[in-house]
Amino acid sequence: MYKILKKRTLGPNIREYVIEAPDVARVAKAGQFIVLRLHEKGERIPLTIVECDPATGGVTLVVQEVGKSTMEMGDRFDEGDNVLDFVGPLGEPSEIADYGTVICVGGGLGIAPLYPIARDLKKAGNTVIGILGARSTDLLFYEDKMATVCDDLHVMTDDGSNGNKGFVSDPLREILASGRKINRVWAIGPAIMMKVCCDVTRPFGVPTIVSLNSVMIDGTGMCGGCRVEVGHVTKFACVDGPEFDGHAVDFDLLIARQKYYAQEEACSLERYLEQSREEVST
Amino acid sequence: MIQQKQTPMREQPPEARVRNFDEVPLGYTEDEAVQEAARCLQCKNAPCIAGCPVGIDIPRFIECIKTERFAEAISVIKEDNALPAVCGRVCPQENQCQGVCTLGIRFEPVAIGRLERFCADWEARNEPCCPQVKPDTGKRIAVIGSGPAGLTVAGELRRLGHQVTAFELLHEAGGVLMYGIPEFRLPKSIVKREIDALCTMGVEIQVNKVVGQVFTVDDLLASGYDAVFIGTGAGLPRFLGVGGESLNGIYSANEFLTRTNLMRAYRFPEYDTPIRIGERVVTIGGGNVAMDASRTALRLGARESIIVYRRSEDELPARSEEVHHAKEEGIQFRLLTHPIEFLGEDGRLRAIRCVRMELGEPDESGRRRPVPVPNSEFEFEVDTAIIAIGNGPHPLIPQTTLDLELSRWGNIVADPETGQTSKKGVFAGGDIVTGAATVIEAMGAGKRAAAAIHAFLHKE
Repeated sequence: MYKILKKRTLGPNIREYVIEAPDVARVAKAGQFIVLRLHEKGERIPLTIVECDPATGGVTLVVQEVGKSTMEMGDRFDEGDNVLDFVGPLGEPSEIADYGTVICVGGGLGIAPLYPIARDLKKAGNTVIGILGARSTDLLFYEDKMATVCDDLHVMTDDGSNGNKGFVSDPLREILASGRKINRVWAIGPAIMMKVCCDVTRPFGVPTIVSLNSVMIDGTGMCGGCRVEVGHVTKFACVDGPEFDGHAVDFDLLIARQKYYAQEEACSLERYLEQSREEVST
Repeated sequence: MIQQKQTPMREQPPEARVRNFDEVPLGYTEDEAVQEAARCLQCKNAPCIAGCPVGIDIPRFIECIKTERFAEAISVIKEDNALPAVCGRVCPQENQCQGVCTLGIRFEPVAIGRLERFCADWEARNEPCCPQVKPDTGKRIAVIGSGPAGLTVAGELRRLGHQVTAFELLHEAGGVLMYGIPEFRLPKSIVKREIDALCTMGVEIQVNKVVGQVFTVDDLLASGYDAVFIGTGAGLPRFLGVGGESLNGIYSANEFLTRTNLMRAYRFPEYDTPIRIGERVVTIGGGNVAMDASRTALRLGARESIIVYRRSEDELPARSEEVHHAKEEGIQFRLLTHPIEFLGEDGRLRAIRCVRMELGEPDESGRRRPVPVPNSEFEFEVDTAIIAIGNGPHPLIPQTTLDLELSRWGNIVADPETGQTSKKGVFAGGDIVTGAATVIEAMGAGKRAAAAIHAFLHKE
């Protein structure tokens, strides 16, 4: 059992949890992930690590409530409650080095895993330019945290609700086109956003790292469900990644594979909402 | 007059069982077990004992059954085998104890596996037999992986009085017994019961622990463990390496079985993990895993479940009972057939292109090598494919342990008699050493390694 030490709301259906897992907190590095399971009938949910505190044993995660399990976690798991299983760290850490100037692009929930990478890149001596984006301003989070580790921060919203209408790819393109020397880009977010960012950086020849969130079961190399094609070679996101050279990733395949269980996910969510309504009415 | 044929075991009829996940064979009654036990010739040379990878005193436990001393029968088995309810169900007895049974020369061999299972099930219904644990030796052993090899090492060393901690990366102990072998062949409640028995003896099992990430083998040795056993198995699924293999609708057998067994996807949406099954499912491979996957597909609602295997029926590596059960359930076999491409539509599997094979000269394994027949390519429509062509060694421990000698396939090199690796105090056994094999072979390796670890601890 793993105790929820802290829980707070970052936006509509976006929550931050700190979960007690001292083994993980002691060794996890930026870019790695964990798998958690809420209860006996639960599925294994992979989540990228935001922060670790070896002193308290706390591991920070951000969860967006998009399906049955994440919604159940938001509704029914509070501070002081336990989740049944929590395993990690999994995957390879980000390759942190002093590259020079780097751009860290985070879209939506992707801002959560991006933050520790930007932080460590800054610590390693890089000039860090941050670009964050969300559908609207209420869905943005960690702007303050990112500001502390970025030399320059651009924040975009799809609907312009923060006064800055556009996609993360817009400032990315502008910076690259300005001729400023950029040594490396990290782009983390929805698959389509990462694909677009890679299309933007490709003509400039700037190495672009993406973090892939494909469907997986065990997260340890055993199921192969998370397989992706990188440079026409099959890789497992869980053990070979989750970070890959974005210019070599077959994003269309990734997007198709992410949707495979859409029908079942909808059915599971519908059933959960129905049950929740019944519980409220009785 | 000796009974020439084995006492039959009652089974769920095929038409009923393809609609449920309940166990197929129903076990012997006491009377049936006594009847079968009476067929044993009690040979002085007991070839069956030598045929058993863990060396169970088979004639002695069968004699106990014959005289209705069932509690004694199970304690005889448990002297050599910590997981009898498992082995009685999944061992390939026809190649082991029963394959060398003297009675088998003229008639059917004694149904040793069924008798072993009977004893274990009898124990579960009656009095549990907890093996004696010797006084504490003060030695600590870390076991990495809680599959058949790891559990055997843990049980054997605990009985000798050592403190044993097993580390499992999944959320349930048991390894392939939990995630791989289906409920209808090995009920998970039975695996849990056997593991609980080990815990009652004082074996500590820590789940959700990724050795290689949270700590390494070297960390374990440095933190006071006197020896380490690595039994991390063959968990890395192999794919065919042909076009279209990442299309939706194509599963590794590991994923397909893990979803169904460990995550209970067959009870979705009560359980949260889904699985998607088509009308026409093809399973590629001819081993036990392929049989398990194809039979699981039927139970999940596939209308047709087809095995595609590149050699002929004689070469099928699966246990004969599994092939028999699969046929009874209506699994179709397309033998001497090999897939060369998966064809998709909108990212989903639509069809599979195959080539016919014929058998040529024998290869290194002694089996005739399948070779493609020129111009024999053909396509057939399928909507789900399961790749069951074997697994490679799980890479995490080999990659993170210093000075551990590996084979060129990435398996750990270990002495077959002792499990000793190139690293002092570190032993290994089971599929991580041999490549994918059987539960009982992994247990045999575990047993030999436990003896070697015990000797090593005495020397230290």
